[in-house]
Amino acid sequence: MSAVAEPKIDHKIRVVVAKPGLDGHDRGAKIIARALRDSGMEVIYTGLHQTPEQIAETVIQEDADAIGVSILSGAHMTLVPKIVELLEAQGVDDVLITVGGTIPTKDIEALKEMGVSGVFTPGSPTDEIVEFIRNGVTRDREL
Amino acid sequence: MAATEEPQAIAGPERRGELFTTISGVEVAPLATPETAKTDYDRDLGAPGEFPFTRGVYPSMYRGRLWTMRQFAGFGTAEETNERFHYLLEHGQTGLSTAFDMPTLMGYDSDHPRSLGEVGREGVAVDTVDDMEVLFDGIPLDEVSTSMTINAPAAILLAYYVLVGERQGISPEKLSGTIQTDILKEYIAQKEWCFPVEPAMRLVTDMVEYCTDHMPRWHPISISGYHIREAGATAAQELAFTLKNGFTYVERAIERGIDVDDFAPRLSFFFNAHIDFFEEIAKYRAARRIWARELKETYGAKKPESMRLRFHTQTAGVSLTAQQPLNNIVRTAIEALAGVLGGTQSLHTNSFDEALALPTEEAVRVALRTQQIISHETGVTNTADPLGGSYFVEALTDELEAEAYDYFRRIDEFGGMVEAVRQNFPQREIGEAAFTFQRELDDGERTIVGVNRYQHEEEEVPLLHIDPALEQVQVERLRKTKSERDSAEVEATLAELKRAAEGDANLMYPIIECARARVTEGEMIEAMQEVFGTYTETPVF
Repeated sequence: MSAVAEPKIDHKIRVVVAKPGLDGHDRGAKIIARALRDSGMEVIYTGLHQTPEQIAETVIQEDADAIGVSILSGAHMTLVPKIVELLEAQGVDDVLITVGGTIPTKDIEALKEMGVSGVFTPGSPTDEIVEFIRNGVTRDREL
Repeated sequence: MAATEEPQAIAGPERRGELFTTISGVEVAPLATPETAKTDYDRDLGAPGEFPFTRGVYPSMYRGRLWTMRQFAGFGTAEETNERFHYLLEHGQTGLSTAFDMPTLMGYDSDHPRSLGEVGREGVAVDTVDDMEVLFDGIPLDEVSTSMTINAPAAILLAYYVLVGERQGISPEKLSGTIQTDILKEYIAQKEWCFPVEPAMRLVTDMVEYCTDHMPRWHPISISGYHIREAGATAAQELAFTLKNGFTYVERAIERGIDVDDFAPRLSFFFNAHIDFFEEIAKYRAARRIWARELKETYGAKKPESMRLRFHTQTAGVSLTAQQPLNNIVRTAIEALAGVLGGTQSLHTNSFDEALALPTEEAVRVALRTQQIISHETGVTNTADPLGGSYFVEALTDELEAEAYDYFRRIDEFGGMVEAVRQNFPQREIGEAAFTFQRELDDGERTIVGVNRYQHEEEEVPLLHIDPALEQVQVERLRKTKSERDSAEVEATLAELKRAAEGDANLMYPIIECARARVTEGEMIEAMQEVFGTYTETPVF
């Protein structure tokens, strides 16, 4: 792992790695989950075929600092806004949201406008994703 | 390679910092010699068309008949895909291959809440027999062979196909093609399931039995390594898990009381063609030899047709890059050539834009042309197994075979593949291999051109846009079918399906009756789930 910036928070970062939608492409999600865990974060992997409701529920239940949504089914413009809305409706506004998968350039901007902080397409080095999450989490956990 | 007794056979400087291993991590000797490959011609190779079929399943190979050029296609509603089918046939494609969308693969109708945003996205949406009829409109099912990539609900889609044939006046025995049905690799890699493993295996065996009795030209299972490889497996894992899945289906059918020689000739395979050229060729050759030997010696097959491993190949989707997409044409050509030199019976070449979206017509045409160039311009089809006898290829074939047998032994220690799958063994092995590869890539030990070396500013390529309104079109059509059908008939056939599921009758017959009554896929799946239950994976990473 390359040099890491000083984390902005003092607790162990908790990340939910989520697989919404019906596709079963979990290679990327599992690699990221493992890389995040190896870098010292606590990782909750939802498993496959989760609904936006199940994912939002997991983020809240697990008191997560960040969420990585992995999606390769082409349904990102339906499912990601749903997850964002559900989190907002529950008053969750301090969770870092990232999305990974085959996301066309024109959709990346749209996703960012709705509150997604980072979008990672195929070929993104895992270190880059790990650091993005480490540096992006600013939230103080209420203990 | 294991056989490196004489590494001093060459000496000389080597580039530093590069791995001299296959993409699967197999050590490669700097030079292969007669000592590296200890091949006994009659025992290990044989002539093409003869046991153990290492050199190919037919005596004249491509001089007799070229492979079938079969491009996988499907998107939007049945109309869009039907149009693409006609386009491909007009451009010289010789067989059809259908991609279904995610809701269809998982057994959800297009109007199910879980289908929202996914209808027609990664394949064509099919809910009822009416959709299937539109999908194959104007295509004579007794002349064109069709492949359908569907697994958990395969029996339902096969029933639809039989009924479309019936509506065209073609009886089941005249239909030719393949349906994937390989449920074990779903739990291992592709992860599209409807039921727990055991009832899913029963459905597979029901289909094998039905096809043995009624569809002599149909391949009821396409035992698939493709998805296993895409999920991150090594070549040896792809080979081992796929063949072991195949043996498991053979065992189930024999237990059902079907003579091995009555169904084994209709089993076919589906392998990946990844970018490590020689390793892939060796994989296909090893696969043929292992299958032939096991079918003969372990499962008592008598007919040579039962021992012949015939396979479809698709170039590796996972090798395609979103960066500099035109480079993918080169990758695909090399992978396709490996499939041909490995003796494939049919081939799908990926389109260069597929790391970005479903392919445009232009991209699909280039992919098809790639196959046509290999077949008509390069001369590689003139002789069977042109690499047979290469010290390197023979040694690599032996190495992959040995690795496969090692996995068979480990799987048997679990009590067989079904139990190994339940305990996540292949899933874990694949996850490990995928992670190792990613780490090598991140560390710069492996190069992917345009991704971690030789990057440059991108030019945009035109992408296929799937109109989100098509989802609504499909939902409307489903409503129309539902409103037109006889609801008493729907209820009666569904009740019969449930009764059959509770007992041990062959489910193909009640499924065909449901399909005829225009029961939807989702309704049939739900009825069976009430009896069988559903499946939830315990994820490992």
